[in-house]
Amino acid sequence: MTENKNPITLLDYFGQMRDSDLWFSFTRSPVIVASACVTLLYLIVTIFAPLIAPHDPFDLASIDLLDASLPPVWMDDGELRFILGTDDQGRDILSTIIYGSRISLFVGFASVIFSLILGVGLGLISGYVGGRLDAFIMRVADVQLSFPAILIALLVDGLARTLLPREHHDEVALYVLVFAIGISGWVQYARTVRGQTLVEKGKEYVQAARVIGIRKWTILLRHILPNVTGPVLVIATIHLAIAIITEATLSFLGVGVPPTTPSLGTLIRIGNDFLFSGEWWITIFPGIALVLLVLAVNLLGDWLRDALNPKLR
Amino acid sequence: MLAFIFKRLLQSVVVMLTVALIAFALFRYVGDPINNMVGQDTTLEERAELKERLGLNDPFIIQFYRFVRDASVGEFGLSYQHRRPVKELIAERLPATLELALVSAILALAIGIPMGVYTALKRYGFLSRTFMTISLVGVSLPTFLIGILLILFFGVILRWLPTFGRGDIVEIGWWTSGFLTASGLKSLIMPSITLALFQMTLIMRLVRAEMLEVLRADFIKFARARGLPTRAVHFRHALKNTLVPVITITGLQLGSIIAFAIITESVFQWPGMGLLFIQAIGEVDIPVMAAYLVLIAFFFVVINMVVDILYFVVDPRLRVDKALVNGQ
Repeated sequence: MTENKNPITLLDYFGQMRDSDLWFSFTRSPVIVASACVTLLYLIVTIFAPLIAPHDPFDLASIDLLDASLPPVWMDDGELRFILGTDDQGRDILSTIIYGSRISLFVGFASVIFSLILGVGLGLISGYVGGRLDAFIMRVADVQLSFPAILIALLVDGLARTLLPREHHDEVALYVLVFAIGISGWVQYARTVRGQTLVEKGKEYVQAARVIGIRKWTILLRHILPNVTGPVLVIATIHLAIAIITEATLSFLGVGVPPTTPSLGTLIRIGNDFLFSGEWWITIFPGIALVLLVLAVNLLGDWLRDALNPKLR
Repeated sequence: MLAFIFKRLLQSVVVMLTVALIAFALFRYVGDPINNMVGQDTTLEERAELKERLGLNDPFIIQFYRFVRDASVGEFGLSYQHRRPVKELIAERLPATLELALVSAILALAIGIPMGVYTALKRYGFLSRTFMTISLVGVSLPTFLIGILLILFFGVILRWLPTFGRGDIVEIGWWTSGFLTASGLKSLIMPSITLALFQMTLIMRLVRAEMLEVLRADFIKFARARGLPTRAVHFRHALKNTLVPVITITGLQLGSIIAFAIITESVFQWPGMGLLFIQAIGEVDIPVMAAYLVLIAFFFVVINMVVDILYFVVDPRLRVDKALVNGQ
């Protein structure tokens, strides 16, 4: 990476991006453009959820039990006010999906960021310092890798819940979940970053930096870190999809976010009880929303991995 | 070789002890064990006496030692919720989970491997592309959602298959089996498909990738040059060399099938260990949680160790790699 003497304006930045290989391969594949659009749509809709959602499903004053269990608009008893129908309490399904995606995406991003900081940090230290610390961190990583991530998230979440007093469950459940999913995913980051660090460590620019007396931490953060970001970005994108699925699964099992702030997984869990009475839309629409989101992110991750892999060019 | 096995064994023991420590800490420090045993009207003296008698005043190490000793013979005390020995509860649920896991593993292998081989051989065929697309959707579809969709179609709309439980089961000694009755087999269909689907896509993608790799190798070119029939080249030379990593991964996946069974069992109210565990989390039933924790860790440690050692035995190249990794 070369340092530009002139400050880069935003316009230059876009110009650079348009000329890059990444942008070229992006525009070549309609599926990827579509996935990016879907992901972007989810982000915009969930960030501005209060402005976009047709109803506020958590405002008790606006909910009417008389509207309960209405089917989607195209079915016989459907009403135009509730495009995707309502649940057993008369909440608009479309609105609960929008607010639910918000929670799902929040937990997804937060746990990815948590994993990323933990994993990249440990990976850098492990690779640069080496020795006993490195051996220890990597052994722990090996052991953790032999268990499926979702099981670790479930166990950490279950343990944390048991340790916390019952009264505070609902308040901290969201953060416990972020912690549990985050802790279950750091290994991939740490391993990749450690490998990259080992490679970068031997290169001349790092040696030069060391020779002129730059401190260890400055070398790690200013010189090595920027050069390991490529693979980390790929892992983070794929991890986002996994984190969203994990959150949904835990919430579905009833150990995730509390029912007062339902995520997509919680919505599916709630709707599951009504499957047998024929009210399929309470479960299926949040399910479709979840699959669409995960599929879009997965496709983006797959593409990013291939596009950034020089071997496949 | 012996040194490797010894090192691996030691590592497994450390992992098991760590897990046991977590389980023990749960027992000892979450809530008051005495409170969970006695009624409201027990006096303080009686409580103190009981505490002394149960050895709860002993040093930490001694208590932990006792816990490990009891756990190693499967003794985890009484479940708070069910008021029965945890050992019994688990023994009751074990057959359900193992039967489900077995059927799923067989399904995943029996369908995944041929699909993988096919997609590798006919890379650009229509069917191959369809399989690959389906597999991508399969990866993005959470396990519980697959279960719900199956229930909706085959249970609610078509009413072909039962949607929960194991159906009628036959007792064979302490083992209970659903294999021998029609309703038991019918009940197995949807849960086992749900559990198998993810592993199946994984195996298919793995076989495909390995197969493509092997097909590029020199010995395949040579076999073709010798004029061997394509069939023989594909199945006798290529497939055989593909299967080593596949077997390893499948071995490791056995563990995750048991772990993912938690989700499937929840969806289908399948009376296995996973459902027991999820209910135990909800009810803060610590003995059950601790027992499950230790048991599942044990499963994983054993599976991993066996696979590692087998790999080591089968593939001589690995010995060199290991030496490099450890010596860098």
